[in-house]
Amino acid sequence: MKFTKDHEWIKKEGKYAYIGITDYAQQQLGDIVYVDLAEEDLVLQQGDVLCAVESVKTAAEVFMPVSGRVIEANHELEESPEKINENPYEAYLAKITIDDETELDELMTEDEYNQFLESEAE
Amino acid sequence: MAELIFNLSKEGKCAFSLPQSQVPSYEIDEMYTRKDDAQLPQVSEVDVIRHFTNISRRNYGVDQGFYPLGSCTMKYNPKLNEDVAKLPGLNSLHPYQPEYQVQGALEAAYELTRYLCEITGMSGATLQPAAGAHGEMTGIMIIKAYHQSRNDYKRTKMIVPDSAHGTNPASAATAGYEVVQVKSDEKGLVDINALSAMMDDETAGLMLTNPNTLGLFESNITKIAKIVHDKGGLLYYDGANLNAIMGIARPFDMGFDVVHLNLHKTMSTPHGGGGPGSGPVCVREDLTRFLPKPVICKKGESYYLDYDRKDSIGRVRAFYGNYLVYVRALSYILTMGPEGLKSASETAVLNANYIMAGVKDNFVIPYDRFCMHEFVLSGIEQKEKYGVSTLDMAKRLLDYGYHPPTIYFPMIVHEGMMIEPTETESKETLDEFIGVLNKIAKEAKEDAQLLHDAPHNTYVRRLDEVTAARNPILKWEKEQDE
Amino acid sequence: MRYIPVTDRDREEMLSRCGADSIEYLFSSIPEEVRLKRPLNLPSAKSEMELIRYMQSVAAKNSNTNGYACFLGAGAYDHYIPSVISHLISRQEFFTAYTPYQPEISQGTLTAIFEYQTMICELTGMDVSNASMYDGASALAEACVISSYSSRKKSEIIIVEDMHPEYKETVETYLKFRGIKYMSMTVEQLMNADLTNTAGVCVQYPSFYGDIYDMERIGSYVKQSGSLLIVCANPVALALLKSPRDFGADFVVGEGQPLGMPLGFGGPYLGFFACTKEHMRKMPGRIVGKTTDVDGKTAYVLTLQAREQHIRREKATSNICSNQALCALMATIYLSVTGKEGFKQVAKRCVDNAHYVYEGLLKTGRFEKTSDMPFFHEFTVKPKEDIASLNKYLYKNGFIGGLETERGWLIAVTEKRTKEEMDEFIKRAGEFNG
Repeated sequence: MKFTKDHEWIKKEGKYAYIGITDYAQQQLGDIVYVDLAEEDLVLQQGDVLCAVESVKTAAEVFMPVSGRVIEANHELEESPEKINENPYEAYLAKITIDDETELDELMTEDEYNQFLESEAE
Repeated sequence: MAELIFNLSKEGKCAFSLPQSQVPSYEIDEMYTRKDDAQLPQVSEVDVIRHFTNISRRNYGVDQGFYPLGSCTMKYNPKLNEDVAKLPGLNSLHPYQPEYQVQGALEAAYELTRYLCEITGMSGATLQPAAGAHGEMTGIMIIKAYHQSRNDYKRTKMIVPDSAHGTNPASAATAGYEVVQVKSDEKGLVDINALSAMMDDETAGLMLTNPNTLGLFESNITKIAKIVHDKGGLLYYDGANLNAIMGIARPFDMGFDVVHLNLHKTMSTPHGGGGPGSGPVCVREDLTRFLPKPVICKKGESYYLDYDRKDSIGRVRAFYGNYLVYVRALSYILTMGPEGLKSASETAVLNANYIMAGVKDNFVIPYDRFCMHEFVLSGIEQKEKYGVSTLDMAKRLLDYGYHPPTIYFPMIVHEGMMIEPTETESKETLDEFIGVLNKIAKEAKEDAQLLHDAPHNTYVRRLDEVTAARNPILKWEKEQDE
Repeated sequence: MRYIPVTDRDREEMLSRCGADSIEYLFSSIPEEVRLKRPLNLPSAKSEMELIRYMQSVAAKNSNTNGYACFLGAGAYDHYIPSVISHLISRQEFFTAYTPYQPEISQGTLTAIFEYQTMICELTGMDVSNASMYDGASALAEACVISSYSSRKKSEIIIVEDMHPEYKETVETYLKFRGIKYMSMTVEQLMNADLTNTAGVCVQYPSFYGDIYDMERIGSYVKQSGSLLIVCANPVALALLKSPRDFGADFVVGEGQPLGMPLGFGGPYLGFFACTKEHMRKMPGRIVGKTTDVDGKTAYVLTLQAREQHIRREKATSNICSNQALCALMATIYLSVTGKEGFKQVAKRCVDNAHYVYEGLLKTGRFEKTSDMPFFHEFTVKPKEDIASLNKYLYKNGFIGGLETERGWLIAVTEKRTKEEMDEFIKRAGEFNG
C-alpha cells in the first residue's frame, strides 16, 4: 500500500489497483454522510479529482494518486458511506487500472506517511 | 401537540372563502388538466393561527434579545420601517405599470441609489440583486465585462483572502473565474508581499472586505489598491462589514471600484428567518455602463427606467429588486441622517471593543489590539486544557437565552467565535453578556460535561445532523407518521 | 438617537474600560488618507412624524391596485391575500430571526420551511424542493446551470419560446458568464432539433403569452434525447393543470409571488425550486430535513450543507447564501389557508374570469385573437387601437390595463376581479377608438 500527501492510499492487486482515504482523513472529516462516486470508465491524470466525500460540515475532494482509468466505483458506499469511517483501508472508493506504474514510486510508504503525519502535527 | 400543519388536516375543514361566481364556468380540456389533486392541508383558520403561532414560539428573534452574530450585523429592525412598507401606495404596485403611474416608487428607488452612492463614494448603483451573494455575483460579472470591453480575455483568476466568507469564492466561480487565495499575515491582515507576488496580468482583481472578517481594518489598503490597479486589476468591496465605517471612511476613497451592500445587515432591514434581503451594487463612474438594466434615472423632475444600455451585463433577476426591502432601508437612512449613521458606526466599534476588554482575561484573543465592529476570540485554551470546544460553549450560551455568535469562521482562527454586538445594544446588555461568557469559561474548567451536553433548556437539544445528511427526509409523507 | 441606547456617560465608562482616550482612538487603524473629512451629504435626520409624512407623500404619487382594478400580469399577479398572513409573519419570532443555523432555537422557521418544501413537492409533482431562491427568473437560471454541469458529455441549454423575456435575459446572463452555450427556439424548431449536445431544455408553463403547450409531446422528445427537462411553471396553474411529473420534468421552478405575496413593485418575491430524487444533491440553496435530537424528539435542521457555499466555496454548485424565508413562510400560510379545496377554487375562478373577459373582448369586435391554444388565466389579443393609448384611457376609467408586447395586449384576470369590474373593463376597452 502506498500513500499520498493528500491522505489517499492506493493498493495494487494484480492488474487493478484500489484507492481509498486514510484513517487520518476519515477522522478529520468526521461522520461521512455521502460519497459522490467516481464516474466509471473515465481516464484521469495523476492529481485529477477522482470523486468527493462529504461529512456534515465538510466536503473534500479525493485526488488520483496515479494516472489511470476508473473501472468501477464502490457502490456499497451509496447506501453505507459510514463504512469509510469504520474501515478506511477496506472501504475503497474506486478500482482502477494504472497507466504508468513508475508513478507509484513517487508515493510514500506506510512509514514515510506516518512520519509525514507527525511532521504535519508540529 | 400536533407537529405539522398536515397533522391538523381533516376533510371538510376550511379557512378560505371566495364570493359566489357570477360568470359562467369554463372547463379546460381534460387532456391538459391534472387528475389527482395536490394534497394540501384542509384546516380551519383557528388551526392556521394556532399552529404558526405555536411554532413561532420555538424561534428567537432580535426583538427578544441579543444576537451577537459576527458578520451578520443583527441590529434592531425599526418598526417605523414596517409601517412604511405597508403603505398601499408603495406595496400594491405592479412592476409593469407605466412610469407615469409610479413616479413615487421610482423616486424612492432613485433617492436610495443616490444615498448609497454617497455613503460608499461611488457614482452609480443597481438595486436589482436580492441578497449579498447575488450582489457579489453581479459585481464580479461587472468586473469581467469591464475587462472584456478592453479586449482583455487573459484574466482568468480572482484573488480572495484565506479569511474570506464562503460566498466570495463561490461568487467568483459563478462568473467563470478561477479562485486563488492570498494568505493573511500574523497581524491578521492581507500579506502584502504574498499579494504582490501573486498579482499579475492574468488576474481580474481582488475581493476584500474592510474591515476584514476578523474585525480588523486593512490599514495597508492604499498599498493593496495600488498593487492591484498597477497590474490592471479591479478591487471589489464586500460590504458585509460596512457598519464599522459609515461616515468615517468610504470604499471609493480606499481605492475600491465595485461595492456591494447588505441592506439586511447595515441598513436594518429584517432578516426574516433567512431572507428576503437586498444586495445593491455601487460602482465607479466608468463602470456604470455595465450595470444590470434597467437603471433608474431622473430627467428634470421625472423619473424613468433606462433600458437603453448596450454594455449592461444583462439581468440577474426579473423586475427591479426587492423593492419593499429597499424602502425600509431608505426610511432607515432618512431616520438616521448623516450624524446618526456615523454615530451608529462609532458605537458599533465601541461596543465590540468593550466586550473584548471584558472577556480577554478568560479567552485567547488572537489579535490583541483594538478591533472594529466585531472581533474574534479563540476557545483554543478551553479545548486544550479541558476538552471543551467552541461549539460546546456556543450551545451553552443557548441555555442562558442568547443566540450564539458565529463559530468556526473565519477558518484561519482555531476554535474561533466571532462577536458583533452592533450599536443597538445598551451597556447593560453588554455587561450581562460579558458576565455570561466569563461564567461559561469558568464552567468549562469546573464542569466540562455540562457544556458537552448543552443546550439543556431549549425546545430541542443537540440534533443528529449525521442521519439528516445520510438519509435525508426533506418533506412530510403520511407514511412517516404511521 | 432612538436606535442607539448607549448614553454619553456610558461611552466614557466604556472607553476607559477599553483603555482608549476617545472614540477616535479606536479608529486609529484607519489611515488618514482614506478618512472622510466632511459629514456625509445626506438629508438631515427626520423624526418619526416627518419620516412617515414624507413616505406618505411619495406613496401618494403612485396609483396602486387598491384604487385601480388590475388586469396586468406577465409574471406578477394581483391575487387576494388572506388577512391571517400579515398577522402571522409580523410575529417578531419569524420576522426578526436570523437564518436557522442554530436549530435548537430555530424550530419555528425550520418547521415552516419543511412544510413549505412538502407543499411545493405536492404542487409540482417533484420528489424534493429546496427552501426557496430569490425569484422565478434566478431559480430558472440556476436550474439551467446545474443541468449544464450534470453531464460530462453535453452542456448546452435550449430556451423554448415563449419564455418571459426577463427570465430569458436572466438565464442568458448567468450562462454567458460561465461560458455555457445557449440558444432559443420555438416549440416546432425544438421538435426538429438535434439534442446531442443539449444538457437541458427549459419551457415556460403556461408560456409568457398564456399558451398551454402540449407538454407531453415536448417532454417525451426531450427525455428520449437524453436531455433534462426544466419546467418554469405558474404555481396557481399547477392547482388545475397536469403535473410536470407526468411529462418527465427533472426540475420544476417558478415564481411563488402569487402565493400570498404583495405585488410590491417587483419584490421581494419567491423562487421555488424542486426536482426529482436523482438531482437532490445538486440542488442549490438551503434545504431543511427531519431528524431527532439527543432525547429522541422530532426536530428539523438545515441539511446537505456540504453542497453550499460556506463549505464548498468555489466548488459549490451555486453561490446562493440566503433563501427568501419570510416569503416562503407567506406561501406556506397561503397554501394552508386556501388548502386543497380552496386553492383549486382560486385557480378555477381565475380560469372562469379570464375566459369571460376573453370572450367579452372578442365580442366587441375591436380585438383579434392571436392564438388557438388553450390558456389558464392569461391571454394575448391584438387591439385595433394603439395599446399605450388604450391603457391610458382605461387608466382614466379606473383600470390598469394589460402589458404591451410584441404579440399584442397581454391580459391577466385573477379571482379578485368582480363581474362589475370585468363588464366595465370590457365596455371601456371596446368603446375606445383613439
